This record gives sequence, structure tokens and C-alpha cells, in this order.
Amino acid sequence: MELIDLTLIWVLLIGFGVFMYVLMDGFDLGVGILFPFAPDEESRDLMMNSVAPVWDGNETWLILGGAGLLAAFPMIYAVFLPALYIGVFLLLAGLIFRGVAFEFRFKATTGKKWWNVAFFGGSTVASFAQGAVIGSYVQGFNVVDGRYVGGAFDWLTPFTLMTGLGVVAGYALLGVTWTIMKTEGKTQDWAFKLAPKLLGVVLLFFVLVSAWTPLTNERVMARWFDHVNWLWLFPATTLIFAAWVFYKLKQRSDIAPFIGSMILFSMFYLGILISMWPLAVPPNYTFWDAASDPGSQLFLLIGFMFLIPIVLGYTAWTYWVFRGKVTAGAGYAGH
Amino acid sequence: MELDPLFISRVQFAFVVSFHAIFPVFTIGLASYIALLEAIYYKTDDPSWLKLSKFWTKIFAIVFGMGVVSGIVMAFQFGTNWSNFSYSASNFLGPILAYEVVTAFFLEATFLGVLLFGREKVPRGLHLFAACMVALGTFVSSFWILSANSWMQTPAGVEMVDGMIQMTSWTQAIFNSSFPYRFAHVALASFITGGFVVAGVSAWYLLRGRHGDIAEKALKMCVIMLAIATPLQLLSGDMHGLNTLEEQPVKVAAMEGNWETGPNVPLLLFAIPDMANETNHLELGIPNGASLILKHSADGVVPGLKSVPPEERPPVGVTFWSFRLMVAIGTLMILVSLTAAFKLWRGTLYQSSGLLRIFSLMIPLPFVAVVAGWFVTEVGRQPWIIQGMMTVGEGLTPSLTGWMALVTLLGYIAVYAVVFAAGLHYLRKVIVAGPDEVEHAHAQITGTPKRPWSAVGGEFEAPAGAGRS
Repeated sequence: MELIDLTLIWVLLIGFGVFMYVLMDGFDLGVGILFPFAPDEESRDLMMNSVAPVWDGNETWLILGGAGLLAAFPMIYAVFLPALYIGVFLLLAGLIFRGVAFEFRFKATTGKKWWNVAFFGGSTVASFAQGAVIGSYVQGFNVVDGRYVGGAFDWLTPFTLMTGLGVVAGYALLGVTWTIMKTEGKTQDWAFKLAPKLLGVVLLFFVLVSAWTPLTNERVMARWFDHVNWLWLFPATTLIFAAWVFYKLKQRSDIAPFIGSMILFSMFYLGILISMWPLAVPPNYTFWDAASDPGSQLFLLIGFMFLIPIVLGYTAWTYWVFRGKVTAGAGYAGH
Repeated sequence: MELDPLFISRVQFAFVVSFHAIFPVFTIGLASYIALLEAIYYKTDDPSWLKLSKFWTKIFAIVFGMGVVSGIVMAFQFGTNWSNFSYSASNFLGPILAYEVVTAFFLEATFLGVLLFGREKVPRGLHLFAACMVALGTFVSSFWILSANSWMQTPAGVEMVDGMIQMTSWTQAIFNSSFPYRFAHVALASFITGGFVVAGVSAWYLLRGRHGDIAEKALKMCVIMLAIATPLQLLSGDMHGLNTLEEQPVKVAAMEGNWETGPNVPLLLFAIPDMANETNHLELGIPNGASLILKHSADGVVPGLKSVPPEERPPVGVTFWSFRLMVAIGTLMILVSLTAAFKLWRGTLYQSSGLLRIFSLMIPLPFVAVVAGWFVTEVGRQPWIIQGMMTVGEGLTPSLTGWMALVTLLGYIAVYAVVFAAGLHYLRKVIVAGPDEVEHAHAQITGTPKRPWSAVGGEFEAPAGAGRS
């Protein structure tokens, strides 16, 4: 009798939400990761001001991810969070320190360097924790009757350590290409120099994860090597885009490297989904097992159909308002 | 010694939610105040309103930032420590919290960027619009979260099927019986909190002879609002209490420290409740007081704690004393507000240094009252996580061990201690520095020529090493 597969719609919606989060908070976390390497304090001011008006909205996608999972796939919410208990704490502590650093750093005089440390440390720890979450998802969870029964550190393995560092590098790449787009002069010069190196590191992690995942995971191995050969277009396209970003960086293009890095991230993201589909809580539960009641899914979907476009609309508008290069004296000094 | 994950999780939740609650309750009221200031400035073009708005927006940004980061913790606390509860209640709680994000959080967060940084980038009308959207967002947010909380107190519109909450009516669940009272009570608390903070800071300036013109303006606005809101809060609290008497009689019994169900129950002013021996020590009370307040007659029957078995009773001491603390502060607020309104009418308010001093000393009190109020309603609900349907023990995360809960509890305490200390320090700094001279900024906005450095209007925070404090 079901004409529409609500669960499938919700997979797409949550997938979209997480995707928005990764791209948007990705670059502002990346700016934090790069903070200690910036040429001077003035550059740091500029970099922070370039994300100050939008970071709060970006982070809201994470809360949407949390609440959306609870609404549409409660099993994911109720397994991932207990399983990643310590990691989640690190993620939140990181987000707290970097979040308050925005306000406090510009109000500080002698304490400014500490808020630099807090901004860098918080951003890096939060990014690492997010990478570890992705790694744990690939790795799977010890679940009985829909409840997590494993230990506190099951999530922490060499594999998740690697995915954690991979995301730190990836966000740094988004951050550095964002900096290229939003600044000029010495800050931009520095970013142009750093970006190709970061891109190289990111590709290295891409190769490592791509090799490691199928080797340790038969399911993923089967997905990529057994049936569908056209899937190989995926890594191929990824490498082509990487080459394009290299080329555009060399040309000192302002905007293209950022766009290219976002596309790269989208490819990684889709690659993971292809590997894991249709598992929500690996190794045993699919998205359909993890779904909430269709009535609840529908109740929320009706609202989302109207509200998400509105949210996207005004979000796009604020990015438009704060478009262009940031300059000294704008931003934080102004309120 | 065995660490009890349930007890530590309850302490952890109490800690993170109390810490979080003090920020939104202030920013909800303050956001409306800023929107009002912006609207007056828009209409009158009088730069003193801009000055006030810019000053309070600065305060708002710091407090809102702390509210956001501590709020993210809350979004995950349900899953990390109370995963069985989250899973069972997901069919209701999930959509409600998700609606909160898309109708409120995005609105606040996105338009806050424009409010803080967009004054010179968007037309004045749009900037005012952004201020209104932030204020609206804070209210919409409290609508959803209070609906969810009230549903846990007075569940409706659902049935429990095989351990899962299934919806029978969304309207009954969202507009459950305690929700209107709780919403009114918290909304008023937000206005009162914002009002007392703005009044306290303004009074402090007047005492020091600083920023007299705008401090008088701000104080006057607050006093008028408080003189209306504080008595209304007494009324809303009374109605809220009568709803609780109906729906959660054991909570009321704990609030009153009343053990036996019966008539002619006194209103206890002091007592040390003793749960083990089911009695109070050192009781001091007004005869028939509780019966009169709750049933409006001296021989009205008031429920007692002994009406339920010991394991279904909330911790009496905490509920009893939190309630007294909240009511005492509320009473003081009514007295101060009405006295100030009288002096305002007589034209002597700005010279009454005694009253001004009281206002400036009262700044922390609304926060204490709000946290105490939440303690009454949350501790008083124990041992239930969803009243009558699920206990806190059943809601706990099964894989959680005592040391995991303890380590993260200590972690949150450490993180919040740093954040809170720094936040207070910078708030103090902003207040001591005072409203900046913003005539230049005003000139720029209205199109008249500007001077170098004038656009920023915030010299004190611009050059790194040159802060004034």
C-alpha cells in the first residue's frame, strides 16, 4: 500500500543535512585548524572575521543532524551516541572552546593567545572526532536487540585514527581554499602556498582509506569489486577533480579551488555511502530497520518540505550579504 | 566503591542543563529588548537608541555564544546518557526537536550574523528585520523545547506499545496540559530576567554618574515592564501550580513538604524533610496556608507524599527548598519592581541611590530563581523520566558505566568552569567600558560623512594590546 518510501526520502534528507554540515562547518573548522600556521596576528583576525558571521548557522546543521536522526532513524541516534560516548564528549568540548573563542578572542587583550589556542585546539579535536565517527560507521557496532552493548573505546582503532586525521586534513583543505577566496595580500599568498601541500595530504588519506576499507571489510570489498564496474568512475572522477584543483591553485584562481575542494568532499562522501548502502547501523541493521514510525516521519516531512527551502533561502542571503573579501576593521571590530 | 551510572548521569544532566538554561532565559528577553530598541531607533533616528542597542547587542553576542555551545551539548546528552529514553520516545521527541532546529535555531543563528556584522552591509530596514527574526527565533525555540519538557511532565496523545511511544494525537501531545502554563511562566521569566539585568546595569551606571541619559531611558523601560511582569508571574506561577496539583500531586506534596493527605495543611516556611522517617524536623508554618493556596479553603485536602510508595517519591528536600528559594526571590522582585514604579511616577527614581544599589545587586537573582524553578519541576518529577510511563532508571543508556559518566561529568565541569569564568570576565569588561560613542557610526549609517576609525564604533576592542580595562 505504500506509494512513497518515506524512509528513502529521509535517507536523502538526512544525507543532505549531514552533507551541508560537512561542507559548511568543514571550512570554518578548517580555518581553526590552520590558525597557528597563519603568517601573523592580522591574518588570524581576517580569517576569523571571514567566518564569524556564518559559523553559528553552519553549526546548526549539526544539531539538525542530531535531531533529524532522532526523528527519522532513532536507532542510529541511540546506538552511535552511546557507542561513541567519549568521542562525542571530545567533539562537544572542542566545539565549545572554538565557539566561545569567536566572542572572547576579540574581547581579550592579554588572553588573546589562549583563545588562539582554544580556537585551534577545539577545531582540530572536533574535526578529528567527526572523522572518527565516520570511521566507526564503516567499522560497525556491537549491537544486540537494537542496543549498543560494546565498550567505551571500541570506536578507537587504527582505522578510526586514520579517518579522524583524514578529516582534519580535509577540513584544513576546505579552510585554506576558503581563505584564498575571502582574503588578499599576504594572507592569501600564504594560503596559496599551503593549499597544494594540503591537497597532497588529503589525496594520500584518500588512497589509504580507499585501500584499507575494502581490505579489512569483506562487504565493502564485494561492493566495489564484485558487481558494478561503473563504480570505478568514482575514484577516477575524484582524481580528475583533484588535478583540476591543483591546476587552478597554480593559476592563482580565487574561487575555483574552494569549489573544487567542495566537490572533492562530495565525492568522498558519496564514496562512503556507496560502500555502506543500505546499512544504517552496521553490520546488521539497514536504514529501514533503524527507521522511526511512518507517522512521525510523515509529520516531520510535511514541515520540512516548506521549511528547509526557507532556511536555505535566508542562509544563501546571508552569504550574499557577506560576500567578497574581508578587510581589516570590518567584522568583529564593528559590533 | 561502585559508581552508579544512573546517579552520575542525573547529576550530569542537572549540571549541563542548569548551565545551559541560564543563557537562553536571558537572551530570550534581551533579544526582544534589542528588537524594540532597533525599532525605536528606526522610527526616531535618535542616536541614543542606537547606542543602547549596540551596547546590549554586544552583551547579547557573548551570552548567546555561550548559550549556543552549551545547547549543542544538550542535543546529544539525550543520546549519550539516556539512549533508552530517546529511542522509546523518538516518535514524539524526534520531530519536535527537529522542528525546533528548522523553525528556530536556523533563524536565530543566521540572522544573528546579520544583526552583529551586517549593520553597514544591509539597508536599515533589513537590519531591523534581522533583529526581529532573532527575537522571534528565541521564542519559537522555547515553544518547542517547553512542549517537549511539558510532555515529559504531563504526557498526552501517545500510547506505549512494546516499549515504544506511538503517537495517537499530535495536537494533544504538543499542547499537553502543563504546556500553556509552563510556556507562560518561562516566557515571563525571560522578560523578567532580561529586565532585571538591563535595569541592574543601568542603575549601576546612574550610581556612578555615567551614561546618565541612556541609562535613565533603559531603566525607565525596564521598571515599567517589570512592574507589570512580576505580578503577572505570581499569577502564572499560581496557575501552573494548580495544574501540577491536578497532574502531578506528588510533586506538589514534595514542594509543600506534606507527608499525609488531608485537610488544614499548613504552609511551611521552614522544615528539614526526612525521607527515611517520612517526616519533617524543625517545622515552622502558617496554619492552613497550603490548603488555602492550593484549594482556596482552609479545610481543602492537599495530597501527601505517603499517598505513593517510597520508591515513587521525589527527593523532598531539594524540591521543597528550591521552591522556597524561587518564591522568595519572586516576592522580592515584585516588591522592588512596584517600589521602583512608584518612585518613577513620583519622579524620584533616578535619585534613589538605595533602590539603584538594590537593582545593581539583584542582577544574579533572576538566574538563581530560574534554576531553582527548574529544580522544582525536574527533581519533583522523579523518579519518572516520562511521568507515569517510564522511570529515569529505565531511560538510562544500557552500555553506560559509572566511570564513563563520571569522567565526562568532570570534563563538562572543567570546560564550563573555564567558559563561564571567561564569559563573566568579558561581560564585566564590556559593562565597565560602557556604551561606546556611536555618533560616528550613526552618521555613517544615515549618510553623513565619517571620520577615520569611525565605522567600527568599538575602539576598545579593536587594537589587540590597547584595551582600556
